[in-house]
Amino acid sequence: MKEIVIISGKGGTGKTTITAAFASLVENKVMADCDVDAADLHLILKPEIQHQEDFYSGKTAFIRENDCTQCGKCVEVCQFDAINPDFIVDPVACEGCGVCVWFCPVDAIDFNENLSGRWFISKTRFGPMVHARLGIAEENSGKLVTLVRRQAKLLAEEQNSDFIIVDGAPGIGCPVISSITGANAVLVVTEPTLSGQHDLERVVSLAAEHFKIPTFVCVNKYDLNGEITDQIKEFCKSNHIHFVGQIPYDDVITRAMVNGKNIIEYSNGKTAELIKNIWQNIEDELGHVIRF
Amino acid sequence: MIIGIASGKGGTGKTTVAVNLALSLENNVQYLDCDVEEPNGHIFIKPEFQKSITVGTPIPEVDKSKCTYCGKCGEICQYNAIIVVKNNVLVFPELCHSCAGCWLVCPEDAISPIDRELGILEQGNTGGIEFTHGMLRIGEAMSPPLIRKVKSEIDPAKTVIIDAPPGTSCLVIESVKKSDFVILVTEPTPFGLNDLKLAVEMVRSLKLKLGVVINRSDIGNDDVRIYCKEEKIDILLEIKNDRKIAEAYSRGTPLVELYPDYKAKFQALYHEIERRVGA
Repeated sequence: MKEIVIISGKGGTGKTTITAAFASLVENKVMADCDVDAADLHLILKPEIQHQEDFYSGKTAFIRENDCTQCGKCVEVCQFDAINPDFIVDPVACEGCGVCVWFCPVDAIDFNENLSGRWFISKTRFGPMVHARLGIAEENSGKLVTLVRRQAKLLAEEQNSDFIIVDGAPGIGCPVISSITGANAVLVVTEPTLSGQHDLERVVSLAAEHFKIPTFVCVNKYDLNGEITDQIKEFCKSNHIHFVGQIPYDDVITRAMVNGKNIIEYSNGKTAELIKNIWQNIEDELGHVIRF
Repeated sequence: MIIGIASGKGGTGKTTVAVNLALSLENNVQYLDCDVEEPNGHIFIKPEFQKSITVGTPIPEVDKSKCTYCGKCGEICQYNAIIVVKNNVLVFPELCHSCAGCWLVCPEDAISPIDRELGILEQGNTGGIEFTHGMLRIGEAMSPPLIRKVKSEIDPAKTVIIDAPPGTSCLVIESVKKSDFVILVTEPTPFGLNDLKLAVEMVRSLKLKLGVVINRSDIGNDDVRIYCKEEKIDILLEIKNDRKIAEAYSRGTPLVELYPDYKAKFQALYHEIERRVGA
């Protein structure tokens, strides 16, 4: 079983469009959405929830007004400016470190676990899907990502799946690191803009150099700037990254999305063909890559 | 005045709005790029950096000659970043949230804070814009302290424009909190709408004023407009879908340079926000 994570560095380059298309192209797989704080894959896959659980993570301090003597010790030890002069904890600023709880001389601070989100196992027209929803203003998205991947893996083992296809998050920080550590391969979806190129270089050095994960790159809207597309191909070549394909600037992608379908279901045009080629290239390469 | 620019969905045009708003105001502007994982503002603003400093966060260093292995540090730590096993103390720097608990609690004074590198902060000027961004070190997961460092540069005497990371997580909240007004940039597609709703919830939970800018306004469908109307959220500006704009963006050319008449639109956007913040 192989787990492939689709990431991008820069947001909005087409991660979810490609992931949703793979739902049609890859046989015998589990789909997972690890972009837990702005998840969109469900809009195309339309999951029917079969099982759901609460996700508890982290704690928040709460000062009981009646027991507080306003001595100021909590304000003094808090490193996050989370306690205001009226001795009320700002739950958004509270990092859940519990230092105020420890040092409060009259034990006036409660410290309870947060309900930070929910995770789901669902049925879709493409097979099973594991996904989650992080609560508004909640932290610990990395832990929820790890949980989603673990559940997807358990399900894939149970069902003898060949692949897990994971929609990742933008950026290079905590949620992305949690999405890719230990994965079999990463596909980076980029665009030929100076921003896309800058962010690609950072995310490739995270995935390929830092974590040594086999990394594939594809370019969306390649015809927007042919010169930068060429530079991206050159960058891949000189860094031994597998360039697996490119798709044009095509409004069929938006039309498919508006109709709640992936591009493979919606169209049999050139863009859909090019995405099929991208998956074919990845599947061919995986045969080689995984061996070393 | 502090204006935060966020989006929910990535790639909708946060940086486009932030950059062009800054360039349209010309004077007394501070641009803070808080998307420290993938900062892009500098590609368009093109500042000459005069200052580059390494940003760290304090983590514990244990003086083993003083340590009695009492285990209090491990007990207070909520993140398993410091643990005592038999006659040894182990520190896991990347798990540490810099809460200071371990060095405050240590009865032997055996723990002191040392700096762990998170990334760099760069600063430079161009025209009337003072530009600052943070650049997270590759492999680093802990972006909030770097975002806080970028925000510590806020000069209240200036018009402060904050370019936030995508999403609705703690990083976005760290970036936009204490703003006088938040602009949410979206596109009129199902993904844009879904993530706009999440972003609106986030901004409302912070009790901040907000307005929407629709980018690529003539693609997709009308659902974003219908949603905004139902929620009584005003659409402050629409930017048309135009291949020339996308091509200029790809080369790092700002919209107001390609179409100078957009300058007046961004100035009007600013005045409208100023009016709403004053109200």
